[in-house]
Amino acid sequence: MYGWTGTILRVNLTTGQITREPTSPRLAKQFIGARGLATKMMYDEVDPKVDPLSPANKLIFAPGPFTGTYAPSGGRYDVVTKGPLTGTIAASNSGGFFGAELKYAGYDLLIVEGKAEKPVYLWINDDQVEIRDASHLWGQTVPDTTDLVRAETDEDAKVACIGPAGERLVLFANVMNEMHRAAGRSGVGAVMGSKNLKAIAILGSGTVTVADPAAFKAAVLKARKKIQDHPVGGTGLRVYGTDVLVNILNQIGGLPTRNFHTGYFPTADKVGGESQAARHLIRPRGCFSCIISCGRATRVTNPKYAGEGEGPEYESAWAFGPDCGIDDLDAITKANYVCNELGLDTITMGTTIACAMDMFEDGILTPQETDGLAVTFGNAEVLVELVRKTAYREGFGMQLAEGSYRLAMHYEHPEYSMSVKKQEMPAYDPRSVQGVGLNYATGNRGGCHVRGYTVSVEVLGNPFKMDNLATEGKADLTITFQNLTAALDSTGACLFTTFGLGADELAEMLTALTGVTYTTDDFMKTGDRIWNLERLWNLRAGLTAADDTLPERLLKEPLPSGAAKGHVSGQPEMLPEYYAHRGWTPEGVPTPEKLQALGLA
Amino acid sequence: MAKVLMIHPDRCTGCRNCELACSFAHEGEFRPRAARIHVYSWEREGFSVPMMCQQCEDAGCVNVCPTGAMHRENGMVVWDEKRCIRCRMCTLACPFGNAVYDARTSQILKCDNCDGEPECVAFCPNKALEYVDDTLATRSKKKAFAARFKESFAEVK
Repeated sequence: MYGWTGTILRVNLTTGQITREPTSPRLAKQFIGARGLATKMMYDEVDPKVDPLSPANKLIFAPGPFTGTYAPSGGRYDVVTKGPLTGTIAASNSGGFFGAELKYAGYDLLIVEGKAEKPVYLWINDDQVEIRDASHLWGQTVPDTTDLVRAETDEDAKVACIGPAGERLVLFANVMNEMHRAAGRSGVGAVMGSKNLKAIAILGSGTVTVADPAAFKAAVLKARKKIQDHPVGGTGLRVYGTDVLVNILNQIGGLPTRNFHTGYFPTADKVGGESQAARHLIRPRGCFSCIISCGRATRVTNPKYAGEGEGPEYESAWAFGPDCGIDDLDAITKANYVCNELGLDTITMGTTIACAMDMFEDGILTPQETDGLAVTFGNAEVLVELVRKTAYREGFGMQLAEGSYRLAMHYEHPEYSMSVKKQEMPAYDPRSVQGVGLNYATGNRGGCHVRGYTVSVEVLGNPFKMDNLATEGKADLTITFQNLTAALDSTGACLFTTFGLGADELAEMLTALTGVTYTTDDFMKTGDRIWNLERLWNLRAGLTAADDTLPERLLKEPLPSGAAKGHVSGQPEMLPEYYAHRGWTPEGVPTPEKLQALGLA
Repeated sequence: MAKVLMIHPDRCTGCRNCELACSFAHEGEFRPRAARIHVYSWEREGFSVPMMCQQCEDAGCVNVCPTGAMHRENGMVVWDEKRCIRCRMCTLACPFGNAVYDARTSQILKCDNCDGEPECVAFCPNKALEYVDDTLATRSKKKAFAARFKESFAEVK
C-alpha cells in the first residue's frame, strides 16, 4: 500500500498480548484513515453502550495517509474512543510529531485494549513493542513525564501521555504529545487513565511511500501555494495565531461573554492575538509538515503568573477570558499552561469555571462549596487555583472535574451548563453565528466547532460569505462543512488547510499519494459516510434527536448587547431541513436508502 | 559566485518540511532518517535548529577519507558513491555529525545542495533556510549584528 503502512498494531493491556494485523485496503479506501478508519474499527469491535472508563472500551491512536508526508500541514492524528464526557464517539485531533512517528514505526493504527493491572507505558521502537512499568511516572506532569520517558527510551522518541488529570479520570482530561499538543476534547485522557496507561513513546525509522511521486509533488506544490496566498492561512495565523479571532468575533457580537450571557466583551482586545503578539509571543511554531505556523511559543514574565510554554490559542484564551469575564492575559495564559502541564482540555475547563461563576453569582454556589473562593465573573485570582484543584480532584475540584453539565445537574440547574450532549460549546455564539449553532446541536461529539466550521463562511468569508445572522441555507452549509471535515480529518490534514484548500485539492493529493482514485465527489461522499457512521454509533449508544439541541439560554434569551443584539438562535427551525437534507427521518435516523447509498447498510 | 545554504534558527518553526523534501527528492519516499538535513527541537523552550553539511573548507570528512570518495569539487564537499568503501570514517570525523551512514541503502548521507537547487530551501515555509551568494550571507549577518550594536549604543548616549 502507498500512503498507508498496511499494518495495524494491537496491544491488549489486560493480557499483555501484542499483535499485528494487515490494514484492510477496502476499509482504508472507504474510511481513509485517522478519524474515519478508527471510528470504523470502534463500530465493528466495541459495543456503543460500553462504559467509557471500563476495560471493554478501546483507545485508538490514528494517523492518516497524509501523516508522515509533506502534504501541507498534514501531520495530524486522532485519538478515537468512546468519550466519557459525552457518551458519544470521540475523535480528538492533535498535531505535533507523534502521528508521523507512528507511521514511521510502521503502523496505520495503534489499538489499545483492556486495562493494565498497574501503571504502564508503551515503548514502540519500530517492530519492538514493550509494555513497561510506569509506577514511578504516575503523578508526574506532562512535561516531566515526557522527559522521564525519553530518558528511559530514546532522547528523540515522540511521547504522548496523560497528566495527573487523566490519572484521576477527570472527564475532560486530554492526551498531550510533545508537551504542548493536545488531543483535547471529550475526555480521551480519562480513557487512557482508566487503562492505567501513562504514556506512549515511539521511535520510527521507516518510511511512507507514494504511489505517484511526480503527481504528488505537483499536487502538494499547488496546494501549498493556495494556502500561502490565502490571507488567513498564509499570513494571519502565522502573525497573530488563532487568537486573532477575539476581536473579529467581538465585532460581530459573537464572542460569548460571561457564560454566554452576551456576545460582546468591551475589553476583549486585551486578550486577543494582537495583544498576545505584543506581550507574550516569542516565536511561531509549527507541527509536523506545517506551513501555517499558528503555534505560539510564549512567555509570561509577570512574577504572579510567570511561565513559558505554548499558547493560548483562541478557544483557550476565550474560555478563561471573556467567557469568565476576565481580561487579564497573564492569568489566562498561566491557566492555559497549567492545563497543558496537568493534562486538561482548556475549553471544557474554562467554560466549566464560567458555569460555576454564573451559579455563584446567582447564589446557587456559595463559598462553602467552593472552598472559600470567590468564584465570581472577572476574578482572575481564582483561575489557576481552580484549574489545579480540578486536575487533582481536590475540594471543589471534585465537582469541576465532572464538567459543567454534571456540575449544574448536581445542583439541579442544568440550564447553567452551556453544553451540547454534555460537552461545552466553544467560542462562537450561535445567536450571532447561526450556522454554527446548528453544527453544535448536530455535532457527533456534542458542542464543538471543528466538526463543521461554518464560521469560515459566516464570519471570515472563506471561501465565500454568507450573512452570519441568517438561517436560510445554513442546513446545507453545515452538512457540507461536516462532511468535508470528516474526510479531511481522516487524511491527517489540519482543518486550517481549508484556508486555501477544498475537497478538490485534498482529493488530488490523496489520489496521487495512495494510488486509490478519489474524485472530489468520492471525497465528499467519504465524509458523508464517516459522519453517518458516527451518527449510527451515537444512536446505538442511546442518543436521540432530543440530544440535537442547544441550551435554552441561546434559544430564548436574546443577546442583550453587541452587534447581534436582540437575536436568538434559529437552530430549531433549521433542524428539520438538516435531517431531510442528510437523508434522515424526522427523528434524525439515517434511512435505509441513505445507508445503502453510502455502503453502510 | 559560490552559493551557500544559510540557516536561520530564529525563523525555524520546527516543522521538518526540509527533512521531508530532502528525503523525497533523494530517495523518492518520506523517510526522515534518510534526509541529509535534520531539525532538532527543544520543546520546553520552543526552539529548533536545522543541521546539515557546512561544506567546511578544511573538511574532516575529506581529510580522513582513505579512497578520495569524499572530495572537493567547485568549493563543495562531494561524496562519490563508487569510490566509497563504506568505512564510515567520515561520519566519525565530521565535528557536527552531519555525515551519517544509512544502513538501509548503504549510503553516506551528506548534503549535496541538490546540484544547486536545494529542495529543502524550496519547501521551507519560513525562510529559515536560504540559498544565497556566500558574500551576501556574510554581509547580511554582519549588518544585522551591526544594527544591534547601533541600538545598544544609541541607548547609552
